[in-house]
Amino acid sequence: MSDLAAAVPARMSRQSPTTESRFTRGVLIGVAIFFLGLFLLFPLLVVFVEALRGGIGAYFAALKEPDTVSAIRLTLLVAAIAVPANLLFGLAASWAIAKYEFRGKALLITLIDLPFSVSPVISGLIYVILFGAQGYFGAWLQSYGIQIVFAVPGIVLATIFVTFPFVARELIPLMQEQGTQDEEAAISLGAGGFQTFWRVTLPNVKWGLMYGVLLCNARAMGEFGAVSVVSGHIRGQTNTMPLHIEILYNDYQWAAAFAVASLLALLALVTLIIKTILEWRFGEELASAGRQGDIR
Amino acid sequence: MKKLITGAFLAATLAVSAQAQDTTLLNVSYDPTRELYRAFNAAFVAHWKEKTGKTIAVRQSHGGSGAQARAVIDGLDADVVTLAMQSDVDAIVKNSGKIAADWRQRLPNNSAPYTSTMIFLVRAGNPKGVKDWDDLVKPGIQVITPNPKTSGAARWNYLAAWAYAHQKFGGDEAKTREFVSALYKNVPVLDTAARGSTTTFVQRGIGDVYAAWENEALLALKELGPGKFEIIVPSLSTLAEPTVALVDGNVDKKGTREVAQAYLEFLYSPTGQKLAAKNFYRPYQIQHADPEDAKLFPKLKLITIDDPLFGGWAKAQPHHFGDGGTFDQIYKR
Amino acid sequence: MNAVAAIVGRRPSVIPGFGITLGFALTYLSLIVLIPIAALILRTSSLTWEQFWAIATNERVVAALRVSFGASLIAAIINAFFGLIVAWVLVRYRFPGRRVLDAIVDLPFALPTAVAGIALTAIFAPTGWVGQFLDPLGIKVAYSVTGIVIALTFIGLPFVVRTLQPVIEEIDREVEEAAATLGANRRQAIARVILPTLLPPLLTGFVLALARAIGEYGSVIFIAGNLPYVTEIAPLLIVIRLEEFDYVGASAIASIMLAISFLMFLAINLIQAWARRRFGHV
Repeated sequence: MSDLAAAVPARMSRQSPTTESRFTRGVLIGVAIFFLGLFLLFPLLVVFVEALRGGIGAYFAALKEPDTVSAIRLTLLVAAIAVPANLLFGLAASWAIAKYEFRGKALLITLIDLPFSVSPVISGLIYVILFGAQGYFGAWLQSYGIQIVFAVPGIVLATIFVTFPFVARELIPLMQEQGTQDEEAAISLGAGGFQTFWRVTLPNVKWGLMYGVLLCNARAMGEFGAVSVVSGHIRGQTNTMPLHIEILYNDYQWAAAFAVASLLALLALVTLIIKTILEWRFGEELASAGRQGDIR
Repeated sequence: MKKLITGAFLAATLAVSAQAQDTTLLNVSYDPTRELYRAFNAAFVAHWKEKTGKTIAVRQSHGGSGAQARAVIDGLDADVVTLAMQSDVDAIVKNSGKIAADWRQRLPNNSAPYTSTMIFLVRAGNPKGVKDWDDLVKPGIQVITPNPKTSGAARWNYLAAWAYAHQKFGGDEAKTREFVSALYKNVPVLDTAARGSTTTFVQRGIGDVYAAWENEALLALKELGPGKFEIIVPSLSTLAEPTVALVDGNVDKKGTREVAQAYLEFLYSPTGQKLAAKNFYRPYQIQHADPEDAKLFPKLKLITIDDPLFGGWAKAQPHHFGDGGTFDQIYKR
Repeated sequence: MNAVAAIVGRRPSVIPGFGITLGFALTYLSLIVLIPIAALILRTSSLTWEQFWAIATNERVVAALRVSFGASLIAAIINAFFGLIVAWVLVRYRFPGRRVLDAIVDLPFALPTAVAGIALTAIFAPTGWVGQFLDPLGIKVAYSVTGIVIALTFIGLPFVVRTLQPVIEEIDREVEEAAATLGANRRQAIARVILPTLLPPLLTGFVLALARAIGEYGSVIFIAGNLPYVTEIAPLLIVIRLEEFDYVGASAIASIMLAISFLMFLAINLIQAWARRRFGHV
């Protein structure tokens, strides 16, 4: 099909009915490159150039600074808790939604999507309202000496909230398209539930799962608004990388701020590269899995 | 997958071990004190080691003064607060009860170990010829100042402009309002905290004049080269008294009262006072400052918050900055 | 396990694990999302209707919501227009660098918003990379509504492209060819055949970009200027209310925004249901 599409414009002269003229195509490609270049590549470039403005030595010195190291460490810790938690949820939710029919399913899917549309600031605020010293559980928690807001647990909670839908969203449509035949066959052949999941379902969705985890991770490490509300901004203790960027930025250490930013930008790039490789190498697998659900 | 999990655990243990230290104090402060407390904390840690043989660590949190007070009210575990103004500490007293109501009497000089004032920072050569508050209301001039709702500096600024106009118009309230209102019409960016405004003015190149903390302006001159900016001293300004207090509720829970108290008292010691001057704050006892630091502080007419015009923070705060206060009224278009 | 099944009235299935997976999903959803949001609404409900209405119609709140909505709407329109072109180009044409462009579309998903904020500010501030050329022309991008629109365009960019791409891939060339054989020229084929098919995903992407933009905070505050009534966005106003110790006010604004975003997601679901009925796919 794609061969045909490529061949058509070459052979037919101008007014091909199924594709645009060479001129239109050129213009459209130009517009697309300009738009993406201006809005995406340019800011990315700026981050790296600004980060390296003071030279490579200053760049690494900035990254070795103790507060920066502890911010990196905290960010890793938060992602290490938030991502597996959401992974587990994503698997459970998509299994329940894709493999069974039940009432209120549409509502459940909408609720899972809800954190996408909640402002990050609100995501932080709700935990302050619940667990802050003036919050609903604040006094009770304090009597046990448990600190949630302005400590690591609050940051983890806010991060989990913000990245809540990523894995589930990726898995639900994939599992729905695959239907239930494979699992039913496995069960009828005597496999147990967990065995079926591990041997049949998981291999079918593993690339989609990787996708979701990657995006979830990138967002978990990069969240700013929600974490900013619950962090308390204690240097070396409750500052994540994005918050530390803001602090450095306000400390007249612009190059250092961009240096830390470049780490996160690098993470974003790596995420995208892995994602592209996955799509490229296993795209057929993903696509064929998708096509099974089609009527064609 | 297994590697991922091991990595996660490794990261978790690392982070936890990083938190387990000896005594740690948390100083919750406002925005422009970053450099001051970086120097002061190092001095205090050395001082405490020498005096008691114990190693302690001091952690810092900085932000807009009001935002920081809010965080302490919501449970941020501060041992001491070093905020931009008395009213923010009072808010903690009122909303959480974690600080004793008589906190102002517990340390010398109303718990203000250093003071500052509001002056103008202009671009090199003073191209707009700014000399006094009058020049800030002229049409076509851009003034940078943070948001009085969230920033301590901005409130001192606002009150300084108010006091100036009050004097100029012989106490005519309507004209005073008009003056302050005209000034805020010239503000193109209203950052939430002082440091944001400094960045806007200095780094982003916005505005003709920045009504700034004296300490912040002097710091900007030092950090970014004296050739680029100039300081203009107005005829009248406010005596800004950043105040410090022990957070009783937290230090008793954490058992850090002794060291936290010593920390605040050290601010009043010759070393503390000298460091304050070195970081461009006017020390309570100027004789402890290095002579070349003391030279940096010009003399000007300073009005305190307890002046009858304002009647103390308890009155000035709701009157000017509360919901529906004078700031809200003049800011409406 | 049977209890859960009975409550939701599921159809019988041989596959096990329904109770435990749904039970876990619902518990987790409740703990992380529903209870905290309920707490927010509970906090707001301590207000009487009159008080709530006074906050909702407060001049500054209305202005902030207007800024958030206006800028988000413009950004979503920009994204719908350029997103359509980008998606079409990426699916239909082959040219060098296509794969790189395709990958980079997801950048706003992966790049932290604070990083985007400082990068965009470094570009568009009057002393910035591009700003220094625009400033003498009297064009002000950073610290104006234009700056907000740019930041929101950035973060909303992937939504339209990513919802359109699979649909464009699925458009049957045969339908286009049929249109051509029936005498339609290319323009008619686009107007009558292609665009109607693309309309539902375009709308979905548009609403998604809009919903995301309205709540955005991190990238906007660096570039907005944050002037009350002019460039103050609603999420920032929530933060400011918090800093003024006005928890109830903050919760009230948050509830308004929450209701709005919920309505938007309802709209998306309706669009998709309509599209499924009309076109047989999303």
